[in-house]
Amino acid sequence: MIKKTAKVRNKIRRSRGEQIFNVFNIFLLSMLLLACLYPFWYVICASFSKSSLFMAHSGMLFKPVGFSTKAYEKVFENSMLWRGYANTIFYVVAGTAINIIMTVLGAYFLSRKDVPGKKAVMVFIIFTMYFSGGMIPGFLNIQDLGLYNTRWALLLPPAISTFNLIIMRTAMMSIDASLEESARLDGANHFTILFRLMMPLTRATVAVLVLYYGVAHWNSWFPAMLYLEDKAKEPLQIVLRQILIINDMSDMSVGEDKEMISETIKHATILVSTLPILCLYPFLQKYFTKGMMVGALKG
Amino acid sequence: MNITRHTAVAGNASKGGKSKLWRKIKRNKELYLIILPVIIYYLLFHYKPMYGIIIAFQDFSPRRGVSGSPFVGFDNFMTFFNSIYFGRVLRNTLTISLSTLLFGFPAPIILALLINELRGKVFSRTVQTITYMPHFISMVVMCAMIREFVKSDGFITEILVNLFSYSGKDLLSKANAFTPIYVISNIWQGVGWGSIVYLAALTGIDTQLYEAAKVDGAGRWKQTLHITIPCLMPTIIIMFIMRMGQVMSVGYEKIILLYNEGIFEKADVISTYVYRMGLLQRQYSFSTAVGLFNSIINFALVILANRISKKLNETSLW
Repeated sequence: MIKKTAKVRNKIRRSRGEQIFNVFNIFLLSMLLLACLYPFWYVICASFSKSSLFMAHSGMLFKPVGFSTKAYEKVFENSMLWRGYANTIFYVVAGTAINIIMTVLGAYFLSRKDVPGKKAVMVFIIFTMYFSGGMIPGFLNIQDLGLYNTRWALLLPPAISTFNLIIMRTAMMSIDASLEESARLDGANHFTILFRLMMPLTRATVAVLVLYYGVAHWNSWFPAMLYLEDKAKEPLQIVLRQILIINDMSDMSVGEDKEMISETIKHATILVSTLPILCLYPFLQKYFTKGMMVGALKG
Repeated sequence: MNITRHTAVAGNASKGGKSKLWRKIKRNKELYLIILPVIIYYLLFHYKPMYGIIIAFQDFSPRRGVSGSPFVGFDNFMTFFNSIYFGRVLRNTLTISLSTLLFGFPAPIILALLINELRGKVFSRTVQTITYMPHFISMVVMCAMIREFVKSDGFITEILVNLFSYSGKDLLSKANAFTPIYVISNIWQGVGWGSIVYLAALTGIDTQLYEAAKVDGAGRWKQTLHITIPCLMPTIIIMFIMRMGQVMSVGYEKIILLYNEGIFEKADVISTYVYRMGLLQRQYSFSTAVGLFNSIINFALVILANRISKKLNETSLW
């Protein structure tokens, strides 16, 4: 009898504690959601605001102050921004293609069993994850190779990410060896096996790596700053840095109300340059998640 | 072809091992062709710059090149250790990096645990989708947003003014605010993304363990403490080791985009110092020496972290 009441009381107390925790948890995560979303909402509101009203305003925004699309008109007129966009698309496509070819070649070699010299190659590659020449020798090397101020300077140095190479290798090692055996019996050489057998079988991982590499190229700005002088070759991020960080809008015909409008232009630029990725990513999300899991396997 | 190979093997019976190796190499000759571009890539873009480290011990001038520049031993290192900047950049690097580690490392783990405790599927999907979102903003845009928000009339500054009656100056002009801005924005951008690994590990935990614990009378708190966290430990340790290797290499790209001369005192780190000295002021040898000092400490830290975890847990990267 005593035992029973104790048990009941215990159960009630526990579930109340659980309820409190649940409410607290949902509250906490909702605050986090707000913190993640509000900055975007602020940028949207600011970009559609009337510049004179926005300049006079300070603090949080819950809706645009006034309404104007003038900032967007100025942004869409800016040819530097569009050239940057076009260059970035080139770097993303060409760079990612190089990345995938090189990564697949390396991963295939490292995933084969019983190849003399494989271990040495592995050490040779892994070592670069932990030690590098550093910024200055890297820079001098690019000059030395004659890549300075060429598009190759953005495409070749990041041709392989060792971490991604290991992910790819893990995926290839998980393919059943008997498939390869039978292909070999049918007279296939390594090239055939790699391109006709391995690539199709590991296409989920290849897709993940396309995304990883693609996003890295899209976001990259530092190498472009170091290695490019020619404005015509500059990727979007460099143009963005010019407008957003250095506040240089000389390429835009901002005109008489320069001071006034530049603030709303910044917000419109942020949106125009970020929206494509933000719209795309919910569709890519499942691949990203998968990729993280493949990566975690390695550990 | 086959026949000749067999006879060759038979003929070399005395040197069996060697010919077996040779046969393996021959059988895989296309493989060596496949790996060749990769080897060339690593030689050209990773090992050749390592050779360039030599200039840290030289009085290098681009005109004379590596082979023609005179050696000066450890002079560049001595200049760095004795300069007034040595203490400053080392202290800032460690402060920024260790605060990022201290606050940034547990954040995704906590988030994953909280998401894991959610009972509603829809809400948990929403939390995941939205917290991943900031990860997709590029560094340049991210820093531009930070700069806008913490300006003297930015909304974050305004919130601080209202909550703590802060005097309302641009936060990025205050040296002491730099580390908090850096760390908090890092968490904001990375917490959701970082939680993916842990969520993946959480789904891998055997549900029988939880059932057994429930039978033994463990509540949710006890279950988290005695099952969830121990099961996450290997993942946490691996992530921690990988993180240790970056202790000395704080994100210089972000700092370069955020800092200004007024707050160098707190914001300048080793890698930004290398960037300014080397690439803006062209002191190649000196900044290579500074960079090398940085890499060596980094390298030592990874090895140390790996040793420690091997001792404690049997989990290690290699």
